[in-house]
Amino acid sequence: MDFIQTLKIALRALRTNKMRSFLTMLGIIIGIAAVIAMMAVGAGARHVISQQIASIGSNIILVLPGSTTSGGLRTGSGGAQTLTSDDGKAIMAECPSVDMAAPTVRSSGLIVYGNMNWSTVIMGTTPEMFAIREWGVDNGRSIEQQDVDSAAKVCLLGQTVAENLFGSADPIGKIIRIKKVPFTVIGLLDRKGQSPQGQDQDDAVFVPLRTAQRNLVRAHKPNLVGAIMVKAKSEELLGKAEEEVNALLKQRHRITNGKEPDYSTRNLSEILAVAEQSSKAMSLLLGVVASISLIVGGIGIMNIMLVSVTERTREIGIRMAIGARRNDILLQFLTEAVLLTMIGGITGILLGAVGATVVSNLLSWPTLISVESISIAFFFSAVIGIFFGFYPARKAASLNPIDALRYE
Amino acid sequence: MSSVISLTDISRVFVMGDQQFAALKGISFDVTQGEFVAIMGASGSGKSTCMNVLGCLDIPTSGRYLLDGVVVGGMSTNQLADIRNRKLGFVFQGFNLLARTPAVENVELPLIYSGVPPKERRSRALAALEMVGLSGKEKNHPSQLSGGQQQRVAIARALVNSPAVILADEPTGNLDSSTSEEIMTLFTTLNRQGITIIMVTHEPDVAAYAGRRITFKDGLIVSDTH
Repeated sequence: MDFIQTLKIALRALRTNKMRSFLTMLGIIIGIAAVIAMMAVGAGARHVISQQIASIGSNIILVLPGSTTSGGLRTGSGGAQTLTSDDGKAIMAECPSVDMAAPTVRSSGLIVYGNMNWSTVIMGTTPEMFAIREWGVDNGRSIEQQDVDSAAKVCLLGQTVAENLFGSADPIGKIIRIKKVPFTVIGLLDRKGQSPQGQDQDDAVFVPLRTAQRNLVRAHKPNLVGAIMVKAKSEELLGKAEEEVNALLKQRHRITNGKEPDYSTRNLSEILAVAEQSSKAMSLLLGVVASISLIVGGIGIMNIMLVSVTERTREIGIRMAIGARRNDILLQFLTEAVLLTMIGGITGILLGAVGATVVSNLLSWPTLISVESISIAFFFSAVIGIFFGFYPARKAASLNPIDALRYE
Repeated sequence: MSSVISLTDISRVFVMGDQQFAALKGISFDVTQGEFVAIMGASGSGKSTCMNVLGCLDIPTSGRYLLDGVVVGGMSTNQLADIRNRKLGFVFQGFNLLARTPAVENVELPLIYSGVPPKERRSRALAALEMVGLSGKEKNHPSQLSGGQQQRVAIARALVNSPAVILADEPTGNLDSSTSEEIMTLFTTLNRQGITIIMVTHEPDVAAYAGRRITFKDGLIVSDTH
C-alpha cells in the first residue's frame, strides 16, 4: 500500500471525529506551544545577557585599588589610593596577553549648561577605554591621546546627560560647566543601555584622564587613578592576562610573598557567566515542565487511539479479509497517531510563536524564536506520535480477522 | 474442468482450557472452475468454520487445502493476506462496507492492498460497479444506499480483483425476499459468466439457485448433490 493512500485514510479517520481529534491534539498543542514560548523567552534572555557582555566589552579585567587600614578600621576595596596612571601604562607595555589598558578616575558632580543642570557620573579616562568597551561616538569625535597629554578641557556626553541638558538640541561645540570648570563638548556617545547591574551607562560624562586628575578630583598625588580597565587579547588568554597583571603589580608595588596586595583584580566575564548559567537553569526547568505536558499529551493520544482501535475493530476485520497485511494495519494507525501529533505540533508552534510575541510586547521582554527550536518541537511531536501510537497500532494489527469481523 | 478448490480430510479442533471441540471432523470435497456451490447446515454444523478455512482466515488443524493450485498451509500471515487479496472475494451477511466512504472507494479497497496504481484502480472499480448494475451510484456512501445496493457494492468489491472464487457468507441474510431474489439472480448471472461461487446459507430457497448443495451436520458432510 502506498504512502499517499495511507495518509488519505488517516486524514479521513481524523476528519470523521473532528472534535475528538482536536481535543486529543490539545495536549500536544499546549506542550509544544509551551516549549516554543519557553525557548523563545530563554533565547531572548540569553541574547540580552550577551548584549550586556558586549556593552561592557568582552574579555575585561578590572583592577581596583585595595583596602587600607586607618586606625584599625579597614576601608574596603578601593579605599586606598594606590594605582597610578603609570601602572596602566606598564600593564599595557609589559603584559604580553594584554591588548589594552585604560586607567580611569571617577567622580560625581553637577554639570551645568545655561539654566539647565544635571548631577551625574564624571569619568576621566584615556582613548583606550572606548576601544575596550567598544563604545563609538554618535556625533562629533571621541577623546584622543592628544587631549589626554595636553589635559584639554573637552568632554564627551552620554545620551542621558545630553537629553537632560540639551533636549533635542545639538550639544557639539557648546560649553558646559563640570564642577564649575568650563568644558567644550566634542562628542556625543552611542546609546549603551543598562549595565548587567541595571545602571544607566549613558548617564555619564567623559573627560581626558589628566584633565580630570588636575581639575576635578582631589587627590594627594597628581597621577592616582580609581581603576584600570584591562582587555585581554582573547577569551582564552583572560586567565593568563590576569596572572601577568598580578605579577607585574606585585613587583611594581613591592608586595612580597604572604603580604596582602594593595589592589585587587576582578574578571567581569565571570560575573556574566554566572548570570548566563542561571538563565540556562531557568530554561532547563521550563523545559522539564514542558516535557511533562508533552508526555501527558502523548498519553492522551495513546488513550484515544486505543478507543479508536476498539471502535473500528470491524473495519480492521474487513481490511484484513480483503487482503491488508498486518503491517498495512499497523502503518495505518501509526500514521493516524503521528498525523495527530504533527498537526498538534504545527498548531503548537504557531501558538507558541504568537504567545512569545505577546509576552515580548506586553512585558517588553525580548524573545527569539529560532529555527532550531521549531525543528526540535516538530521532531519531538513526530517522536511522541510514533512512541505513543505504536502500542495501539500493534494492538490493531494483531487482531484476529475472524473475531474482528464478528465484532459488534 | 480443473479443480479450483480441493479439500482433503480437513479437520479443525478448537481447544478451550482442557476441553476440545472438533468443528470439522475430516471433510473432503473438490470444487471445479465455474461451479456454484451452496453449503448448508444448521448452526453449529461446521459450515462457518469450513467457510473460514476456505477463506484463509482460519488454518485447519490437519488436512490439505489446495486453492487454485497453491497449497494453503504453513503460510505466513502476510502470505495468507496476499492469497485473500488475489484469489478470494468475500461477500458477508452484514455487507461490511466502510462507512462514510463512497461506493467506488469501497470497491477499490482490495486493489489498494495489491498495489494497483490509482488510475487503473478507479477504472476497474467503476467496471465492477457496472457489472453489478450500480453505475451512477459510485459517489454514494453506504448510508445513502439500500440494503440490496449495499450488497451489490460488496459483490463488486469481491469481483474487482478477478478472484478464483467468490465466498459468500449468508449473502441474503439481512435482505427481504424480493431483494434476496435480485441478489441471487445477480450471483446466477455472474456464475454464468464463469465465476466460481461458494455460498453458505441455511435457507433452502436461496440454496436452490446453486447448482450443487453440500450439507453439513456435526462437522461432517452428510450430503453432496455433486
